[in-house]
Amino acid sequence: LSHGAGGRAMGQLIEGIFHKAFDNDWLRAGNDQSAFSVPGGRMVMTTDGYVVSPLFFPGGNIGTLAVHGTINDIAMAGAVPLYLSASFIIEEGFPLIDLERIAESMGSASREAGVPIITGDTKVVERGKADGVFISTAGVGMVPGSLDLRADAARPGDAVIVSGSIGDHGVAVMSKRENLEFDTAIVSDSAALHGLVATMVAAGGQHIRLMRDPTRGGIAATLNEIASQSKIGFHIDEEAIPLKPEVAAACEFLGLDPLNVANEGKLVAVVAPDGADAVLAAMRAHPLGAEATLIGHAVADENCFVQMATSFGGGRIVDWLSGEQLPRIC
Amino acid sequence: MAGAIARSVANPVRRLRLRVRGAVQGVGFRPFAYRLARRMRLSGFVLNDGAGVLIEIEGPDADRFPDMIRNEAPPLARIDSIDVLELDPAGGEGFDIRESLVGRSATRIGADAATCSECRREQTDPSSRFFGYAFVNCTHCGPRFTITRALPYDRAQTSMASFPMCAACAADYADPENRRFHAEPVACPDCGPRLSHPIAGVAAKIAEGGIVALKGIGGFHLLCDARNDAAIDLLRTRKARDRKPFAVMVRDIDAARALARLTEAEEALLASSASPIVLVEPRAHELSGLIAPGLARTGIMLAYSPLHHLLFDALAESSHCFPALVATSANPGGQPLVADNAEAERRLAAIADLIVTHDRDIAVRADDSVMQVIDGVPAFIRRARGFVPEPVDIGTDGPSVIAVGADLKNTICVTRGREAFLSQHVGDLDNAEAIRFQREAVSHLCSILDVKPEFAACDLHPDFRSVRIAESLNLAVVPVQHHVAHIAAVTAEHQLSGLVLGLALDGHGFGADGTSWGGEMLALDGHRWHRAGSLAPLPLPGGDRAAREPWRMGVAALQAAGCIALAPQLWPGDSGVAQLTAMFERGTQVPVTSSLGRLFDAAAAITGVRRVQSYEGQAAMEFEALARNPRVLQSGFAISGGRLGFHPLILHLALQDQDAPAAADLFHGTLIEGLAEWAAEGARNLGTRRIALGGGCMMNRVLAAGLARSLRERGLDPYLPRLAPANDGGIALGQAAFARQVIVNEYASVEESRTCA
Ligand SMILES: [Fe+3]
Ligand SMILES: [Mg+2]
Ligand SMILES: [Zn+2]
Ligand SMILES: [Zn+2]
Repeated sequence: LSHGAGGRAMGQLIEGIFHKAFDNDWLRAGNDQSAFSVPGGRMVMTTDGYVVSPLFFPGGNIGTLAVHGTINDIAMAGAVPLYLSASFIIEEGFPLIDLERIAESMGSASREAGVPIITGDTKVVERGKADGVFISTAGVGMVPGSLDLRADAARPGDAVIVSGSIGDHGVAVMSKRENLEFDTAIVSDSAALHGLVATMVAAGGQHIRLMRDPTRGGIAATLNEIASQSKIGFHIDEEAIPLKPEVAAACEFLGLDPLNVANEGKLVAVVAPDGADAVLAAMRAHPLGAEATLIGHAVADENCFVQMATSFGGGRIVDWLSGEQLPRIC
Repeated sequence: MAGAIARSVANPVRRLRLRVRGAVQGVGFRPFAYRLARRMRLSGFVLNDGAGVLIEIEGPDADRFPDMIRNEAPPLARIDSIDVLELDPAGGEGFDIRESLVGRSATRIGADAATCSECRREQTDPSSRFFGYAFVNCTHCGPRFTITRALPYDRAQTSMASFPMCAACAADYADPENRRFHAEPVACPDCGPRLSHPIAGVAAKIAEGGIVALKGIGGFHLLCDARNDAAIDLLRTRKARDRKPFAVMVRDIDAARALARLTEAEEALLASSASPIVLVEPRAHELSGLIAPGLARTGIMLAYSPLHHLLFDALAESSHCFPALVATSANPGGQPLVADNAEAERRLAAIADLIVTHDRDIAVRADDSVMQVIDGVPAFIRRARGFVPEPVDIGTDGPSVIAVGADLKNTICVTRGREAFLSQHVGDLDNAEAIRFQREAVSHLCSILDVKPEFAACDLHPDFRSVRIAESLNLAVVPVQHHVAHIAAVTAEHQLSGLVLGLALDGHGFGADGTSWGGEMLALDGHRWHRAGSLAPLPLPGGDRAAREPWRMGVAALQAAGCIALAPQLWPGDSGVAQLTAMFERGTQVPVTSSLGRLFDAAAAITGVRRVQSYEGQAAMEFEALARNPRVLQSGFAISGGRLGFHPLILHLALQDQDAPAAADLFHGTLIEGLAEWAAEGARNLGTRRIALGGGCMMNRVLAAGLARSLRERGLDPYLPRLAPANDGGIALGQAAFARQVIVNEYASVEESRTCA
């Protein structure tokens, strides 16, 4: 892929790749924007930039992340995602074949999710100004009925439910990046969660306080974020947290705390005590929530600590890290 | 005699005003001055005020009074200075103890002190009203720090407030001639605290192999028979404490001598009023092998509260040899120790067969202090009961700073004038209970010192909880790099100003460049510092995992030494080693560390001493325990460009099939030689002879004593940590001292720019 010279031809080539992969009426119309109508009510909009190294990893690539991640951000409001946009910043020299692979997987991810990518943009930048390709997606969706999920809504006594095993995505990416080999292949959990969310909302929407997808920073960051926004604390139980043995083993080898590792197809729901059973049952009936588990409760705590009961009776504070996991033991 | 009379005739009557500073309040200083003045036929008065003790004396012998004070001061008093001012004689009869002029009656709270011999005598004297009493105390002994909630130090502010004195105690309290004059915790069986269980039953429970939780001075202990393997095993299981050593309590120094070979310095330390746990060399087969498995030294302490003495009396009745008890802090799950009765029932019920409490509250918790004698001088491993809140004189004045320490082995430090007050050991800040304890320690310390800190100091680590706590104090925060703090703690206690070369020999600290540091040569000069050198970096595979699993460091050190191929031979069939080896061979990049602690781990792993640790520092401690006569491996180390590497030593240890003690000797000897050479070169380059040694590795006696000696042989002046622990328990002192230099310097430059403008 070259930058500058022959720009027009190249631009058309790239556009062709995306049009073919995302193909739909809106793109075919060839406008610089796309028009659509929405049903009345509250609308949500989100945008996110995606940078990941390596671009391809077991279970997905940067393109599937860009589709699933933005859909999930909409879904976490309890909303039904409708449309996406996608914008690409491509480094000069990036192999076209890789771009095609990314585009195709984005296309099929959006088709599977039923959320079309209806507008987009591409830019090619000089070598070294980007790392392969960066993707930015935005999305809009509609919130059903009177649903109103807010970051500060968690109350002491609320149940904390996680939709499935944690750490799969981060460990899959890291093993690929660090060139590691484990006995069992670890695959990213990258998935669109709006279907699961719809069943949860149908089963007990009025009881759901809020939902989050625990991406970067893992469920540790998510729970700490909710705790400080809702001014409560959490008590969670280490043994209840679903964790695949191979992910646990990889984390142990790498010295990572799975609670701090990213997920791309999981959600954390804080649910009022009355609705916890119904919501949990609905989640378990959905393929993406088959391993959903109640992992703890919100508690009154002015320090907003997330505390975890460990297997030997103690309780440790689950930290909110500024970045990667740094050593602490002196 | 004739001379004395002649002199007193010749001596005119003089009146002197003495200002006595130091630990002189709440230690029986005023009655002591009173008795001394009466004996010397001097008139005048004594009083406590905000600055210490003020005395006026008048008479022909007045000028001898200051020396007499110094020579005969009460056991718990520590006199820092006596300023003398000559006044005009005012006449007057007699000498009295006056109430304080203004302000607070006592501005200084003493440390808790072990039962004195007089109280112990009364406890065993059937004719004394203190006979058999578990809470006997006087001005020379008893709890202080742990029962005091706030200033001023009087009974109403202590946990003795709920025990009104009986007539007999009130009379003792009011009588200057009595040992209990103004002893705030004074109490007797008629009016004082009571034990929840008869002591005979407690002794019986221990004798039958049970585990007893006993409320002590700064918290609960878990006790069991130190000769009963089954009881100790049970305690380990219930406490979820695999191999970490336990301390042993015996009734007196004779029993300690029977258990261990003690040096004079160790005996003095054991019998001191602070009564710490002292690590000493045990005699073979005196105690259960389960107490300190794999270690050469055992922690021993003497009974230090009257309750302990009663328990030992009761145990001695049913025992044919002298009793010895495992006495470990009751801190389930690594959380801070339990001090409250209700909490004890809640948290210790699953561990102890019997929980013995009493009704005197522990106002603030304090663990037992742990010490060892290095190079003939006492050094701290953990500083708490018996020493807190004694200040460290850091030599210079400055604004009040509160330093929050590091996240492990946390202590905090508050400065007031030229004094730095290090808090009791708080523990690891990884649980809510420890954070609560830290908060308690902060407010308690500020309250008993009556200071409001103006600045906060903390570590550089972006994810330290202590840093979050510092940020939440609403003060300007001065971050201090971990190893700068380690060295500054040493320069502060030795009051070294100007250029000093520091060797921070440590586990891990967040470096100024964002990488992991831990074997640093730092040049410190006031508020300025730079990294003059460091140990050759080793990969740190798995971050903190590598600190728990020395085999990782073993593989990493082989990788760094360019002989990764040896790893599968050293640990055949180990899948973790195979995986890590393969990872290195594929060229995977791993963060690195210049830590000396991790080099110890690597050596312990490579020589087969320890693959995985069950407690922090285990590998290094066990490796140290094996060293007898350190030997130097010629060319075992290399110094280039300020960097010290031990790759040849590592390679040698990996290739030579020697027994573990020989390997430990070689490692320690070469390490000492390499570090001394390195420091000597650094000192030459820098133009100083002063070497401050700090960091957790300085708790290794073989290394610390050997390095100090080796530096002296090279004409250098080594300074070791003495008043604060070398490990992260001393970090807060260094943070506070260094932050104050930074602050004072910034003020100075602000002042300068003002004058310029
Ligand atoms: Fe340290
Ligand atoms: Mg997002
Ligand atoms: Zn006494
Ligand atoms: Zn009494």
